[in-house]
Amino acid sequence: MFKATVYVTLRESVLDPQGNAVQESLHTLGFDEVGEIRIGKYMQLDINVNDKAVANERVKEMCEKLLANTVIEDYRFEIQEV
Amino acid sequence: MNFAVIVFPGSNCDIDMYKAVEDCLGESVDYVWYQEKDLSKYDVVLIPGGFSYGDYLRPGAMASLAPVMQELKKAAENGKLVLGVCNGFQVLTEAGLLPGALRRNQSLKFRCEIVDLLVENNDSPFTLDYQIGETIQIPIAHGDGNYYCDPQTLQELEQNGQIVFRYNGTNPNGSIANIAGIMNREGNVLGMMPHPERAVHEWLGSEDGKRMFTSIIRYWREKNGAA
Repeated sequence: MFKATVYVTLRESVLDPQGNAVQESLHTLGFDEVGEIRIGKYMQLDINVNDKAVANERVKEMCEKLLANTVIEDYRFEIQEV
Repeated sequence: MNFAVIVFPGSNCDIDMYKAVEDCLGESVDYVWYQEKDLSKYDVVLIPGGFSYGDYLRPGAMASLAPVMQELKKAAENGKLVLGVCNGFQVLTEAGLLPGALRRNQSLKFRCEIVDLLVENNDSPFTLDYQIGETIQIPIAHGDGNYYCDPQTLQELEQNGQIVFRYNGTNPNGSIANIAGIMNREGNVLGMMPHPERAVHEWLGSEDGKRMFTSIIRYWREKNGAA
């Protein structure tokens, strides 16, 4: 069995108003060193297959079909054996 | 003429949509539950606003995979009229029936107010009864109405006359090119953030939405030669 960790964020070309708002708030708190912030989603999936390559392929398909909207979002994932 | 109003768990403008068809047209209209798999008796499919599946993951993402959607895609391919309002627009983009996507409003605020819309195209089954360049007043109520598409798609939308409504004056959500509503290339699927079904009587604040419904029926009658 594998554990997949999926990260979804807005694409670089798409403005992230939440990120901008949080950046401003951190500046207000004095964290002037903070540059651009991108806010996204974190998902953890248990994948019941025996082959890591298969898990990779299946998770990629899940991201393309549902977990991310690739018109506005980028995704990346990690797969760990458990 | 038969209208369907699709109801997902979390739809909340389904009754408004149903009443708008009844009040404006007096035509036959049914609620159709999202698990239904047959839309063959309907001429027009309306996808109402709301928060289908609680907006989980992304607005419209889960609803776009509901059982009724396979049938809806077939209906759209066969040229039936499909109108998605607000969450219905989000469902249509998530389902790939319309290009682009709807992001969180730039202000990060839920906006609920009457806005001015510019009619950009009246050569569509949904807008025959409007004038090009006319400004109409239609309410909005959304937190994720910020339309986005890549520059190439935008160029295609502009060139093909697929941009049907734009915000006139203030843009309430930051959408690209002030887009409020678009249709597919074939012109039988339209999605828009503003709610025409909430603007069908003077006492609702505006009756400018009524002509969307009268346009649909006029188009259908002209096409089918029916009185």
